[in-house]
Amino acid sequence: MSTHDGPILTAHRAGLVGCRSCGRVWPEGEAICQRCGAELLPPDRRCLNAVWAWLVAGFIFYIPANMFPMLKTSTLGGIKGSSESTILGGVVDLMHYGNYGVAAIVFIASIIVPIAKFVSISWLALVAGRPATVSAAHKRLHLYEVVEFIGRWSMIDVFVVAILSALVQLGFVASIHPGPAAVSFALSVAFTMLSAQSFDPRLIWRGLPLRSRKD
Amino acid sequence: MQSEGTYDLTTGAGLIACPRCDALHIERELEPGETARCIRCNTVLASPRAGAFTRIIALSFTSLVLMVGAVFFPFLEISRMGFGNQTSLFGVALAFSHGWLMPLTVALLGSIIGLPVLRAVLLVYTLWPLSRRRPPYAHAVPAFRLSEALRPWSMAEIFVIGTALALVKVGGLANISFGPAFWAFCGLIVVNAASNAFTSAATIWDAIEDAGVATDGREMTPEIRA
Repeated sequence: MSTHDGPILTAHRAGLVGCRSCGRVWPEGEAICQRCGAELLPPDRRCLNAVWAWLVAGFIFYIPANMFPMLKTSTLGGIKGSSESTILGGVVDLMHYGNYGVAAIVFIASIIVPIAKFVSISWLALVAGRPATVSAAHKRLHLYEVVEFIGRWSMIDVFVVAILSALVQLGFVASIHPGPAAVSFALSVAFTMLSAQSFDPRLIWRGLPLRSRKD
Repeated sequence: MQSEGTYDLTTGAGLIACPRCDALHIERELEPGETARCIRCNTVLASPRAGAFTRIIALSFTSLVLMVGAVFFPFLEISRMGFGNQTSLFGVALAFSHGWLMPLTVALLGSIIGLPVLRAVLLVYTLWPLSRRRPPYAHAVPAFRLSEALRPWSMAEIFVIGTALALVKVGGLANISFGPAFWAFCGLIVVNAASNAFTSAATIWDAIEDAGVATDGREMTPEIRA
């Protein structure tokens, strides 16, 4: 780790604005980066509106994703029963059959991770721009990177539903069909990804004092 | 033209700002193999690799060939009590094609087939002339920016892990066998990971600029260093 102890000049403090796409620095007030064509945005709290909007949208779609069935399974032409399982119901079923490992994976990927993402993004947005110590800022950036990395992996559940419904079409013996929860879950994941992308990590560092307290 | 090591705090010429924490750095041409990291948050700012462009082009072509195989060969096969079924990658995407689940088909086709193909094509379009020391093609700048913006939405590797999870789920129910498309898709993941490891966005932006896209007259050419 190359940690730098002295005061660090940021583009914002120097009256400049950095391009988040290619890194080039422009005078404050320029709207478009002339090298890569990306929009130049100063690191201020305006981006938080978009963060909250996408986050709320993601949360709204997460509710039906848990209430409606994800999969509709029918075995032996419905004689052995046809079942509709929600996300949580699927986890319970897997535990019934003794598949504790898979049950744990599904539970973590579809329930723990989405809720942890909602909480983390809300917290990052709430404390953004507030004074922080250097080590707190490093922790926040680390959390943001984890959220950004893990966000797309929640889509795995939708892919599993698609693969199962395409593959398990054995007519009388067994068939699996997707339920409406798959769509709302996919939308919830996409909106949460957009929320994380709208968050400007430079805000995490805005609250740092210009000089450390020692000097 | 900007010479190396000089900078201007009023216009920002010769400086680089970290995209994650906004710390200012003085721009410098890097040797291949060097990695520039942010002094504050340790984010990689640039990591040029020798021969990276040729390799990315080769890997992109490989991924296109593998994708053709993955789309047209059977993907997975299942059998149980004399009943059997096989599905292709398209079959998987079309699993949602009933009623109002329809839009999800488009999203699925896009994230596992469309976007990986589009990104490979955009990368070749951007890097092909650069690797032959010619000026970049028209619209190379928006093409590369689009390719970078689509990166998080291209989900082929997540799909393969999803396949593994689905197989564990139905493993007890029926016999499953893998088609050639499955292996092609696994190869695709490795190829894409290698391509991403060679891609350094900052280096490609510099190369597009050095190769003669008229931008802002701030590019540093390696001749100046000598």
